[in-house]
Amino acid sequence: MTRRITRLDRGGRLIDRARDITFCFDGRRIPAHPGDTLASALLGAGHVLQGRSFKYHRPRGPVAAGAEEPNALVTLGGRARMEPDLRTTTTEAFDGAEARSQNRWPGLGLDLLAINDRLSAFMPAGFYYKTFMAGRSWEKLFEPIIRRSAGLGPAPTEADPDSYEQAYAFADVIIVGGGVAGLAAALEHGRAGARVWVLEQTPHWGGRAVVDAEADGATIDGLAPEAWVKAALAELEALPNVTLRTRMLAAGLHDHAHLIALESVADTTPGADLPRQRLWRMRAGKVIVAAGALERPLSFPGNDRPGVMLASAVRDYIVNWAVSPGKRIVILTNNDDAYRTALVALDAGIAIPAILDLRKTPNGPLVQAVRDRGVRILPGHSIAKVLGSKQVKGIALCRHESRGEAWLERIPCDAVAMSGGWSPTVHLWSHCGGKLAWDTEAAFFAPDPDKPPLGADGKAMAQCVGAAAGALRLDACLASAMSAAPQVETPAEEPIQPVWVTPAEAGPHLRAKMWLDFQNDVKVSDIQLAAREGYQSVEHAKRYTTLGMATDQGKLSNINGLAILSQALDQPIPATGTTTFRPPYTPIGFGAIAGEARGEIFQPLRRTAMDAWHEDQGAHWEPVGQWRRPYCYPGKAEPHSAAIEREVLAVRNSVGMLDASTLGKIIVKGPDAGRFLDMIYTNMMSTLAVGKCRYGLMCSENGFLMDDGVVARLSEDTWLCHTTTGGAEAIHAHMEDWLQCEWWDWKVWTANVTEAYAQVAVAGPNARKVLEALGGVDVSREALPHMSWTAGPLGGFDARIYRISFSGELGFEIAVPTSQGMALWSRLLEAGKAFDIRPYGTEALHVLRAEKGFIMIGDETDGTVIPQDLGLNWALSKKKADFLGKRAHQRSFMASPDRWKLVGLESLDGSVIPECAIAPAPGENANRQRNTQGRITSSYYSPTLKRGIAMGLVHNGPDRMGEEIIFNADGKEVTARIVSPVFYDPKGEKLDV
Amino acid sequence: MSDMVSALNGARFEGFAEITETGLCGMVQIRADLASAGLAQALGGLGLSVPGRRAILSAGDLELGWMSPDELMLFCPRDRAAAITQQLAQALGGEHAMVLDVSDARVRFSIRGEKADQVLMKLCPVDLPTLPQGEIRRTRAAQTAVAFWRVDGGLDLIAFRSVAGYVMGLLKHSARPGAELF
Repeated sequence: MTRRITRLDRGGRLIDRARDITFCFDGRRIPAHPGDTLASALLGAGHVLQGRSFKYHRPRGPVAAGAEEPNALVTLGGRARMEPDLRTTTTEAFDGAEARSQNRWPGLGLDLLAINDRLSAFMPAGFYYKTFMAGRSWEKLFEPIIRRSAGLGPAPTEADPDSYEQAYAFADVIIVGGGVAGLAAALEHGRAGARVWVLEQTPHWGGRAVVDAEADGATIDGLAPEAWVKAALAELEALPNVTLRTRMLAAGLHDHAHLIALESVADTTPGADLPRQRLWRMRAGKVIVAAGALERPLSFPGNDRPGVMLASAVRDYIVNWAVSPGKRIVILTNNDDAYRTALVALDAGIAIPAILDLRKTPNGPLVQAVRDRGVRILPGHSIAKVLGSKQVKGIALCRHESRGEAWLERIPCDAVAMSGGWSPTVHLWSHCGGKLAWDTEAAFFAPDPDKPPLGADGKAMAQCVGAAAGALRLDACLASAMSAAPQVETPAEEPIQPVWVTPAEAGPHLRAKMWLDFQNDVKVSDIQLAAREGYQSVEHAKRYTTLGMATDQGKLSNINGLAILSQALDQPIPATGTTTFRPPYTPIGFGAIAGEARGEIFQPLRRTAMDAWHEDQGAHWEPVGQWRRPYCYPGKAEPHSAAIEREVLAVRNSVGMLDASTLGKIIVKGPDAGRFLDMIYTNMMSTLAVGKCRYGLMCSENGFLMDDGVVARLSEDTWLCHTTTGGAEAIHAHMEDWLQCEWWDWKVWTANVTEAYAQVAVAGPNARKVLEALGGVDVSREALPHMSWTAGPLGGFDARIYRISFSGELGFEIAVPTSQGMALWSRLLEAGKAFDIRPYGTEALHVLRAEKGFIMIGDETDGTVIPQDLGLNWALSKKKADFLGKRAHQRSFMASPDRWKLVGLESLDGSVIPECAIAPAPGENANRQRNTQGRITSSYYSPTLKRGIAMGLVHNGPDRMGEEIIFNADGKEVTARIVSPVFYDPKGEKLDV
Repeated sequence: MSDMVSALNGARFEGFAEITETGLCGMVQIRADLASAGLAQALGGLGLSVPGRRAILSAGDLELGWMSPDELMLFCPRDRAAAITQQLAQALGGEHAMVLDVSDARVRFSIRGEKADQVLMKLCPVDLPTLPQGEIRRTRAAQTAVAFWRVDGGLDLIAFRSVAGYVMGLLKHSARPGAELF
């Protein structure tokens, strides 16, 4: 690699020459100044070669100086902080940064995979499609090779150690772009008192105008643009209603003027205890897009060589960073603007050996100014070939109106500045439906002001100003942004001559060397091939050729590509149209999108009042909804299965306690509450006596079982409905939905009080003795029979005690205010010591209920199961005229005797049948799948019965008691006998003591 | 009882704003026809009136917030919650109304300091600069429901008790020193 120091002696408006910093690129130390981008510092250190292309591994240097850069991508940072595919042109240089080039092996200078370039004739447009469609052997042979050789930077393999955050903001006007147009719009709206935000994606204000004025001496109100910008900023900063933000990229504009913006907070200080990036979610009355314009490359042979750059980028590097991409720069242009680059270069002492102007008689003031300085201007001339491979060494001159085969001259140079005209940056305008119109004169798509993106009020929610609106000249630019526009002096310009291919009559060989999409290696010949193969829609041609599908999303290539497609299809450009502009404008990392949601605050974790105790005991957790519940409490080195067995037997033999706080608790009160609950539940709740409890089922309108739980009648007009864990919010919403939308005139209030109470289940033959040890409330069989409740000062607690059982044993559930939950838990543990009381977790709870044949919502139900399937007909009131689900149950397939129904299943060998097991039946169904006749819904080892027990839904199951049936799981067969689902204490004697 | 504990036992965090879990706090939920004379009278007994839409008003150590078109939340010292619940329930005995002591269903945080707004600007889709004194805003903080309102020196926020740890985590993340928005 040639290494020449090309930092100029003077200038560089963005760099602080007094300070030196250093970063690493592929292991080399690169000197830089604060204010440098990686690209400017690398160019300043003589490193033009900064990347390799995606498909052919061609050597590449930066072609741009901003967000549109397709070539110069690097991986920044190491290990966990590694971030691939960052544009060197927008990445700020900082001390100690580590950058690595990508998509090369073994190195950037010598890339063996560049053999792909030699094979390019065999890898035309559609290569990937054609290859992958060609059959299995191709897939095996070529896919791994292609995957290895085509690619960008590697994805990091470790968790990102940085933190991120999001923020919300609201404004009357959000202005995107901190160039002179954006600042003018900010003055306009800021002075009028509107709440204004101005977002600039780079660290600097001023945009293009301040650079261009270095060439053409333009003035705004008699001031150099730099001075005007400074004054505008001073005025805006003094306005309390204006917020100015740099390093903030407006990424996408969505419905209702919802703007997503990414702010870089600590990208240049890795390891600082700060959010690295901040994603803003902003609402605006109106978004003003002052995002400027992007210069277009020209399609000429060898236009992708390192050292060939956009003319505007060349002058950005010279003016902003005092870096010259070359000592001798040839300029190729079809417009006057590129002459500004010549003027800036000449001022910096850089030679311009020739300007090749594709127009026949260029003669504007800028052209004249360059001509006056003795530069050789060659109208109607072009480039037939770029000499040099990893670095421009010269160009071969030809006539534009030619086949490019006759070389008129070789002109030695080390850089080429090209300008194919400008395209307004219409992305945000287009994201949410703003339409474009082709401007034939200026040769670009500009926003159509008559077809803006619309807000909720049907009016325009976005407006483009300045170059983004197509107002490229400084005077027009400011006039579009401000009603009382300042006085602007700027030179006149002659019209652009649209040129999409040069030399104009180039044959296939040269057209295959004209790059459109630099990153994805899409050339003029590829688009023409796609057109010949029938891809007429621009969207199809894009996907077939991959034009515009790289990380730069076609910022440089789209317009050129669709112009060439239009030519190939022999239709005007507007008939071809553009591809869809989609957010984000430039890539956004997942970290910022996830924001704060990671680690401890990844999502809300609901904890009960006893959560810390469970944690101290080493509970193994089970997520249930957003709650976490102890699954079991294993001792040291105790397997879970042993812990579960121990917990189950504690309940069966003495007493256990369970944190049941997570069960949903909904209060329903009012004169119509009984009537309401009769509709919500399948069974009768209005007749429940005060002081009593009843197990109830809830069905959806379609008849499917959706929740269950014990209902207690608290007073004449008040009921308490228990729901499943995690079901409370949905059931509360279900109730409110019916009350607010259907039965709005019923007098019923509901409240979800789940979190207000901690609840502890105490279950087992010794349960009563534990409660009696606390004292204060009579919990005898007579005073508190099964399925009743009482309230009182149990052990001094303000407690409500429900005599209910989900284990089949004598059981109580004690509810106290949550702030006293831990105190109650401790007191029960203490009082239960005499009976060797054991906490038990959700798995023991499941085993205990399964031994009793109690169903579990989510195990025995899956959204397709009705109460009748589970033998719960007794809970379907026949006295009621209606309840939710009743009509659905009368549908033919719901009432069918052919449904699968709940039974108990005992494996003949006593083993635990796998939970996923199904029972095959003879024959095949219409989809040629094996017929089935049943499936397992719950399956456990029963410590009480010392064997495997299961419940399942089986075709006509209850009519087949005693029958043997084969279940199949993972290819293994288990024979089971159909039995009653109640395995333990079928008469229910244990719980009624 | 002496062994009552709040969700985070008064946890504190000093960032660019000061975050405190305020400990036990009384909260009484009222569901009623907000236009009824009976409700106005019942609240009058406590020196309160019915707050307008999205409003929160205070009288002594009581605050009364509008939660929805038919729901209010009364904030009081924890040891008065039971008595106030009973008093209001009795006063509203003739009305179709529901009064519940839900003190332990929620956790309350104070966010104090000149930059208190910025802590919530990072978590809640709310236009904080235009949030007036005397308004209670029900919204979400990241992924969970919250409500907050202005008090002297900052903002107070309530959330469900089970997610107290999550909300404290959010507030700490937001209020980290150096991470101010402005």
